Amino acid sequence: MKSWLTTTDHKRIGLLYFWTAFGFFLIGGIEALVIRAQLAQPNGHLVSAETYNQLFTMHGTTMVFLALMPLSASFFNYIIPLQIGARDVAFPRLNAFSYWVFLCGGLFLNASWVTGPLFHAGILNVAPDAGWFGYANLTERQFSPGPNIDFWLLGLQILGISSLAAGFNFIVTILNLRAPGMKMMRLPTFTWMALITQFLIITAFPVITVALVFLMFDRFFGTHFYVHEAGATPLLWQHLFWLFGHPEVYILILPAMGIVSEVLPTFSRKPLFGYPVVVYSGILIGFMGWGVWSHHMFAVGLGPIADSVFAATTMLIAVPTGVKIFNWIATLWGGAIRGTTALHFAVGFIAMFIIGGLSGVTHASPPADLQQTDTYYVVAHIHYVLFGGTIMGLFAGIYYWWPKMTGRLLSEALGKWHFWLQFVGMNLAFFPMHFIGLLGMPRRIYTYGPELGVSDLNLVSTVGAFLIGLAILVFLFNMWWTSRRGRPASNDPWGGATLEWSIPSPPPVYNFSVIPTVAGRLPRWRTERHEPIQDPPAVPPAPIHVPGGSWWPLVAALGLPVMALAALTQTMWVVFVGVALLLFGIYRWAFEPFEV
Amino acid sequence: MTHAATAHHTSMGLDSRKMAFWAFIGSECLLFGSLISTYLIYKGKSVVGPYPHEILNIPFTSVSTFDLLMSSLMMVLALAAVQRGDMKWGKIWLFSTALLGLIFLGGQVIEFTEFVHKGLTLQTNLFGCTFFVLTGTHGAHVAVGVLWLLTLWVRALQGKLGPGNATTVEITGLYWHFVDVVWIVIFTVVYLIQ
Repeated sequence: MKSWLTTTDHKRIGLLYFWTAFGFFLIGGIEALVIRAQLAQPNGHLVSAETYNQLFTMHGTTMVFLALMPLSASFFNYIIPLQIGARDVAFPRLNAFSYWVFLCGGLFLNASWVTGPLFHAGILNVAPDAGWFGYANLTERQFSPGPNIDFWLLGLQILGISSLAAGFNFIVTILNLRAPGMKMMRLPTFTWMALITQFLIITAFPVITVALVFLMFDRFFGTHFYVHEAGATPLLWQHLFWLFGHPEVYILILPAMGIVSEVLPTFSRKPLFGYPVVVYSGILIGFMGWGVWSHHMFAVGLGPIADSVFAATTMLIAVPTGVKIFNWIATLWGGAIRGTTALHFAVGFIAMFIIGGLSGVTHASPPADLQQTDTYYVVAHIHYVLFGGTIMGLFAGIYYWWPKMTGRLLSEALGKWHFWLQFVGMNLAFFPMHFIGLLGMPRRIYTYGPELGVSDLNLVSTVGAFLIGLAILVFLFNMWWTSRRGRPASNDPWGGATLEWSIPSPPPVYNFSVIPTVAGRLPRWRTERHEPIQDPPAVPPAPIHVPGGSWWPLVAALGLPVMALAALTQTMWVVFVGVALLLFGIYRWAFEPFEV
Repeated sequence: MTHAATAHHTSMGLDSRKMAFWAFIGSECLLFGSLISTYLIYKGKSVVGPYPHEILNIPFTSVSTFDLLMSSLMMVLALAAVQRGDMKWGKIWLFSTALLGLIFLGGQVIEFTEFVHKGLTLQTNLFGCTFFVLTGTHGAHVAVGVLWLLTLWVRALQGKLGPGNATTVEITGLYWHFVDVVWIVIFTVVYLIQ
């Protein structure tokens, strides 16, 4: 127990990220199932309108910030140091800090479900309820007097600190801790996409932090950042939020693209087609992701010039994404394909992401978008890219790296059941939403009348959602079953080209007994130009220094939710407790003997 | 002092902490960029006074700006002293940097108090909102810097800071100069170009 609380080992932190994020993924999934149960038939009355608002807000917030981002972070933690031939990340204690802050932020947000009685309200009454992008001025104290939005804006600020700290850490790790010979253009594609993601994180999160700080000042100190009567414009929130929000889309999808770019070559026994083009497309997406945010705002009426410019940039950003898709298909072409579960998910990712990308291109046209805004069509789009894209990609990564992370192979038979249930389920759940939306059903309304003519489509969608639930149950069973009966994994169960497959599964605490020297982009494969490298010896030839654990990242992290609690309860002295805890943690951290 | 005086080998040849700090500064640019943009977007949009030209005291703030610029000079001298192992002057310059930072913060306290007396608070109008949140965020950064500098100064007094920690002092300097540069932008945008 103590060793987990004080751990600075990137592999353990990776596992902590995985289990925590997966727990939040299940919570967000249950919220989705309640939403779908409510919408299964017209005039549903499973939940009230107020509860429904909390459900869709928390579902979106949880999935984006507490499930998808940290599931990617779990792979960043576990896999990146192994792929670049390093013994840990650049700042192991900062890494632990990131995890604990993430955990605190997630618990803080979700505490809103049950802490109603503390605010003289019922349970299920004070959870955030203004949608995952929390548009001003609905979020002002005047219109949302309860603590709901406070939970949201404070929780997101805590989570932002976690992401930023991890961002600096991984940028330095990837740039500075590469094994000899691991040039930038020899980095595995997953690591490359992770690097671009980190740059997006450290540039996008300050923007939403500022937006949230303004909201916090409006709500707690009576400023007027989003108050129309004072001459301000609530559009400021939309600009700041989407200036963050669109890079965030790529923060969510680029890691999954990276995973797929690892899985496809391994299981088609071919190098990734056009590796440099995939890398450069990723970089281009990273830059262009900053120039498209107003396409989320066509409906507010920014004028023909702004609309045209953002329509053009949005259509343009489809190009590097399309390039990647062709690269992936060309990687499969003529390969010695092995139909593992990981490959199923990777190919599923490509197919579903194409559908999501195409509906995305339809939003890029302002006249079409005006018909689609705030309807289920948009909900269909976001779920094809984030579920069909990111979740499919993440599951490809889970099935691919699970043996490395746990030392056990997942059952391929159960894995196929999981894949097909999830694949059919998601298409049943989300494809009808295109029609539901075009037929005029708005999103975020807790019920609908039978005269709208979308009752059958909604029922199909609900059946699909529960199929996804069933698929996840199969996966849970797979994890549980194989943790007891699963076949032990060798160093390299798949014949992978990258360095993580050259060491035992799970790897020893020091990762590499000898730091490898890399001579090519596919170090473990025989290519025309070079022989595969020797795997490091099983026993280290010389003693290896392994950094010890530390309590102080945890202590410092605990200061943040305490400060948030102070704001929530509007109790001044609690702020000082939080600041003291943070400073105490940081000082002990700075001055303890700790050698990387 | 077993501290990591021996620099680890790094792929880019740049100290990892320094690289992390450059990334942090990049991130901070977006933070201040958003704050300054908001100030500019809301410029002239206040529906009630007091307005900037009625209240901003350029001569007074010019003095604090000069004070902060001088603190950057002190910081340069502190780093140079620590690098050549002259800890006597290292201590003096570190303390002077922190002191000038404190004077700047004092100036900000006086300025804020005066504004409140003249009727400009956070709640008064958009100018008040944007001005106090922007300069307040900058002030908070200066305060963190002062705390950091004083910590280094105490470490130096204890004899625990030497040429082996020059990188630490250099990183502190990176932060301090950055906060200084941000102030120059704020001073120009908020005070000089009204």
